[in-house]
Amino acid sequence: MSGGLYSTESKEFDKTLNLTKLKPYGDTMNDGKVQVSLTLPVEANERGAEAAKQLAKQMGLNNPAVSHYEALDKEFSFYVVYGTLVHHVNYEEIHVETVDVETMDMHGVEEFIVDNIKRDVVIVGASTGTDAHTVGIDAVMNMKGYAGHYGLERYKGVEAYNLGSQVANEEFIKKAIELKADALLVSQTVTQKDVHVQNLTHLVELMEAEGIRDKMILIAGGARITHELAKELGYDAGFGPGKYADDVATFVVEEMVKRGDF
Amino acid sequence: MQGKLNLNWEKVAKARKSAKNIAIDAQNFIELHTTVSVERTICRLLGIDGIDEFEVPLPNVVVDHITDKGNISLGVAQYIGNAMVETGKSPQEIADAISKKEIDLTKFDWHDAFEIKLAIDKIALENVEKIKVNRGKREAFLDTHGDKSGPYLYVIVATGNIYEDVTQAVAAAKQGADVIAVIRTTGQSLLDFVPYGATTEGFGGTMATQENFRIMREALDKVGEDEKRYIRLCNYCSGLCMPEIAAMGAFERLDVMLNDALYGILFRDINMKRTMVDQYFSRIINGFAGVIINTGEDNYLTTADAVEEAHTVLASQFINEQFALFAGLPEEQMGLGHAFEIDPNVENGFLLELSQAQMAREIFPKAPLKYMPPTKFMTGNIFKGHVQDTLFNMVTIMTGQKLHLLGMMTEAIHTPLMSDRALSIENARYIFNNMKDLGDEITYKKDGIITNRAAEVLDKATDLIETIEGEGIFTTLEKGIFAGIKRPADGGKGLAGVFKKEEAYFNPFIKLMHGGMN
Repeated sequence: MSGGLYSTESKEFDKTLNLTKLKPYGDTMNDGKVQVSLTLPVEANERGAEAAKQLAKQMGLNNPAVSHYEALDKEFSFYVVYGTLVHHVNYEEIHVETVDVETMDMHGVEEFIVDNIKRDVVIVGASTGTDAHTVGIDAVMNMKGYAGHYGLERYKGVEAYNLGSQVANEEFIKKAIELKADALLVSQTVTQKDVHVQNLTHLVELMEAEGIRDKMILIAGGARITHELAKELGYDAGFGPGKYADDVATFVVEEMVKRGDF
Repeated sequence: MQGKLNLNWEKVAKARKSAKNIAIDAQNFIELHTTVSVERTICRLLGIDGIDEFEVPLPNVVVDHITDKGNISLGVAQYIGNAMVETGKSPQEIADAISKKEIDLTKFDWHDAFEIKLAIDKIALENVEKIKVNRGKREAFLDTHGDKSGPYLYVIVATGNIYEDVTQAVAAAKQGADVIAVIRTTGQSLLDFVPYGATTEGFGGTMATQENFRIMREALDKVGEDEKRYIRLCNYCSGLCMPEIAAMGAFERLDVMLNDALYGILFRDINMKRTMVDQYFSRIINGFAGVIINTGEDNYLTTADAVEEAHTVLASQFINEQFALFAGLPEEQMGLGHAFEIDPNVENGFLLELSQAQMAREIFPKAPLKYMPPTKFMTGNIFKGHVQDTLFNMVTIMTGQKLHLLGMMTEAIHTPLMSDRALSIENARYIFNNMKDLGDEITYKKDGIITNRAAEVLDKATDLIETIEGEGIFTTLEKGIFAGIKRPADGGKGLAGVFKKEEAYFNPFIKLMHGGMN
């Protein structure tokens, strides 16, 4: 298109939004633009770039272009690739499990407890297994909270216990029984090689073995946790990024009332 | 560097004096006690290494043997020295014999105290000499190739497999990393022994073992030769084996060690008495070996609020400084810690970060300050994360931080991929070069946001340290003043391993190593 000439490229794709054939959006409807970055364990040169392109094609990226590549070491190279995705999905048929509650704020939850539960709700949280990060559990539990949402420790009518990080599942359960927990919050922040999934499953198995699984509301949270994953692993709910103490608290108190078991 | 913050130096002196009194008070306790880990460290420094048939490290075998059958309050040096005089064997041979149940150290008659000391001192001196030689090697390398003048780019590797770690570390060094920290496997700080040999499995990190230290040291020396830069190796000695890991690091020429006086108490629920005694000996070793220690104040801000609790960081830095001085660790080896953890939505948050970093620089002028990147407010939006890390890089170059722990845009997603690390190094090098002398060019406005903030934090820190001075460090920790975490004096892990010393107790390495090499 240089030299002020008009473009002769045909733009034959349909530019109307069709939710049954949803595609990525770059700057034009249905253009399918996608960016990918990856590292290959080979030297950084044209051959490596071609390998990145071919991989992109196999991912379904048409006209892949390597916009940048550089060496990370003698035999490792990094690529940034753009392309247009050939795939599309039917958005209308997608169903996602989400936590289906209207979130109340702190005062709403406090009033709800006074009106419906009439005693303190005990919530025990921990970052379990090998995870040393407390960012997630602190955000939900600590007095101060996160991003303007107060943590559970500040809630009147909630007894919140934050056991911190690297809590063994066995120890967590022991503490939960001792404190007569109504709900357990399990946080998994940084995980390696999907160890969080094993750890979350292990906790459920232990609770079932102890016969307490149906006596407590079990909730998972963390950067890579979705409600769907949590349900699949045998949890009552899962809270991922963008969810705060009030979302968790609302779910707990409403679930308690729904179960009528308090 | 010229002062830019118009700090009240009388306040600084007052805070230092209070911190010193806090350390004196704790030191009175420390002098009277020993721990199983201190005793195991003495074993290691006497040359005892290896494991028994159940993979129990021999230092544990020896200390357990004496604890079970004798009186550990006399110290392992008494028992081993006595056995050396009795049998003519070396400490390693004695340890082997104990593990095979061939001898019982508590059954020998006691030899003359002078003879015992003579036997111990000879071998102690030989091993201390090895550490001295190691220190000399580092210094020789630095003399040949020079040392970096600006911030050290500090990156972590954490694959769980030491050989995979080597691949990552070598790549990072070639990209420009100056310090490689091998993150430990999760939970190692709570093990009351140090695992043995090369390891290939770990969660979120790799076992700290002496063999793993050796493997990584060798690899970094090699890439350092190629790159003509000394690549520093960092590990973590916080936890129940603090002095033992320090000793292993001294033998394998590590350069940087996480070695906080309070971290284990607060964040790993390790008993405070145990930690106090352990940190003292570990810092003596690190001081002698020329190792830069890192302190963990940055961690306070991952649990507490970085704006409201900034003064606890400064207070803790003052206290860590005094504890380190008691252990003979020079200021040039004190990597006092802090972090860039203010909520990015705070108006003028960058100014507050700048203020805190500049203040630490001015108050601890010789310390190679350790500056930690944003973690708490990293969201998984890698693009924004990269910008947050950029602001963090700017504070470092503007205020002369030294151990610059690179932020990763994929923080909160996974342990760094090779490319994450490379992009992070690229970012830092760009900022450090492009803004190199900005700090020298600017002064801060009198009574402006930055100077006022520093004054406020210093005021609060001074008040807090005075309160702690009145209460003592143990009571302070019980009350939850740091990071909002309360720890009982007789709670936590490892208390059973703390013993009062008997009159005849001796640790030959204190006098050999205390005060570094000068």
